[in-house]
Amino acid sequence: MIWNEKMECATRDEMKAIQSERLVETVKRIYHNVAYYRDKMQQAGLTPFDIEGVEDLHKLPFTTKSDLRDNYPFGLFTVPMSEIVRLHASSGTTGKPTVVGYTRKDINMWSEVVTRSLCMAGVHKNDIVQIAYGYGLFTGGLGIHYGTENLGASVIPISGGNTQKQIQLMQDFNSSVLCCTPSYALYISDVLNEAGIDPETLNLRVGIFGAEPWSEAMRKEIERKLKLRAIDIYGLSEIVGPGVSCECEYQQGMHVHEDHFIPEIIDPVTLEPVADGEVGELVFSTITKEGIPLLRYRTRDLTRLIYDKCSCGRTLVRMEKCKGRSDDMLIIRGVNVFPSQIETVLLEMSETEPHYLLIVDRENTLDTLSLMVEVQEQFFSDEVRKLQDLRKQITHKLESTLGLTVDVKLVEPKTIERTAGKAKRVIDKRNI
Amino acid sequence: MLIKQISVFLENKSGRLNEVSQILGDAGINISAFSVADTSEFGILRLIVSDPDKASNVLHESGFTVRESNVVGLNCPNQAGALARALKILSRNEISIEYLYAFSMGNSASVIIKPNDTERCIEVLQKNKLELIKASDLYKI
Ligand SMILES: [Zn+2]
Repeated sequence: MIWNEKMECATRDEMKAIQSERLVETVKRIYHNVAYYRDKMQQAGLTPFDIEGVEDLHKLPFTTKSDLRDNYPFGLFTVPMSEIVRLHASSGTTGKPTVVGYTRKDINMWSEVVTRSLCMAGVHKNDIVQIAYGYGLFTGGLGIHYGTENLGASVIPISGGNTQKQIQLMQDFNSSVLCCTPSYALYISDVLNEAGIDPETLNLRVGIFGAEPWSEAMRKEIERKLKLRAIDIYGLSEIVGPGVSCECEYQQGMHVHEDHFIPEIIDPVTLEPVADGEVGELVFSTITKEGIPLLRYRTRDLTRLIYDKCSCGRTLVRMEKCKGRSDDMLIIRGVNVFPSQIETVLLEMSETEPHYLLIVDRENTLDTLSLMVEVQEQFFSDEVRKLQDLRKQITHKLESTLGLTVDVKLVEPKTIERTAGKAKRVIDKRNI
Repeated sequence: MLIKQISVFLENKSGRLNEVSQILGDAGINISAFSVADTSEFGILRLIVSDPDKASNVLHESGFTVRESNVVGLNCPNQAGALARALKILSRNEISIEYLYAFSMGNSASVIIKPNDTERCIEVLQKNKLELIKASDLYKI
């Protein structure tokens, strides 16, 4: 079902007109209410009159996470606190969290985009939706919750963790939809397996997974292990939370709710827009938000946009599954390389999470790329030939994926340092 | 007739071989025979030990990549041409050898063979009256 056909199936021209009108209004509101933005625009020699429609979007300065931090907690809010009905915050890995505030209208808009996303995924009002995203300052739980209620489906607000209970409720309440992070979905499947519960005996049909990057290989694994259709949902608290974009049942990219959030793709180095269909950093401008509208917010996520009409009938632009983070992007001999591409190759060759380290160096004037991969028991052999074949196979696959020769070195397990949280995957030794 | 061999993946780092023998020694496991296959990139240590399952466990717990595989043990007279004769029989029966290693003591030599087909290799050797080493005997050496 298409929830809001008028917006989701608008022609390109209709969408442009809607976006232009909303952008102009947003820019005016921000300029007159937030000193920080006003200063930034004035420094760029801009007044609200310079922005007449989406074609002028590129003139506006970017907003980054550090802008939010510098204005902690409420400096970028465009309405008085009396208008704010909800606060969420994302924990920064360094320093202060970033805080976002929602007016009642913002909450309604957010519910609307989540409802649309659920419909895209094939969820309907007869579904029983188990929300295993965390509830709290994190936007995952409450964001999906309001959208699900708005759709009219039944919510099980179980929040994250307590896997035994998750499984018990799946069995007792016949949950048909599971919402959580993809890694937690895999974890649940492992626990099911250990407990000897056949996923076929559960009623699960659709999984709405997001809040962390995951590969196509991981999707296949989750779908196989949990016997459901795994749908990718995208969002970030700065823009609204989950539901900024979501896959439809064709799973060919995530439809962006572009009547609320205008996406752009820029080159993370030159900051110029890239050619249509090229990969670059995703940038969003919110055009209906009241609490904390953001103009040209740099997400650091790398993807590309697809403007072709989708088989589902929606015309909303699609963004591909994120290919990595622009902070992680490496430029080697002029080629953009994302560690996630390497991870995908390694995942295709092994069932378990690969441990690897990418080392970039420069010999004379040429960049070199080497990859250390831990040899796990499932692909270790007592025969030299088989290990050499494995090494060759990894080298070939990387070469065809990256277009670069990588020197692959097999190393012993636990050679690569494990850190709590995010693993360090890249060492760049070049002194540029 | 099958003999369990333990293989351990080694990066070419000094001291790792030492570590393996230390771990096995501390666990009271005796090494009967071993060989190291190494390339410029990595090495594979292959071991015949008194208690293969225990060895596999202790090495695994110490973070090594370990694999158990079956090999064939052949007892050859310690004289010129004896090994050649055995190998000729195998090749005539289309059994290829991935690798082998050997050690001789007194009147006989022990050869550890990793053939492409373990079952058939044993069958062929037995049919040709060649003396196989029993696993229990080899683990005791
Ligand atoms: Zn679609």
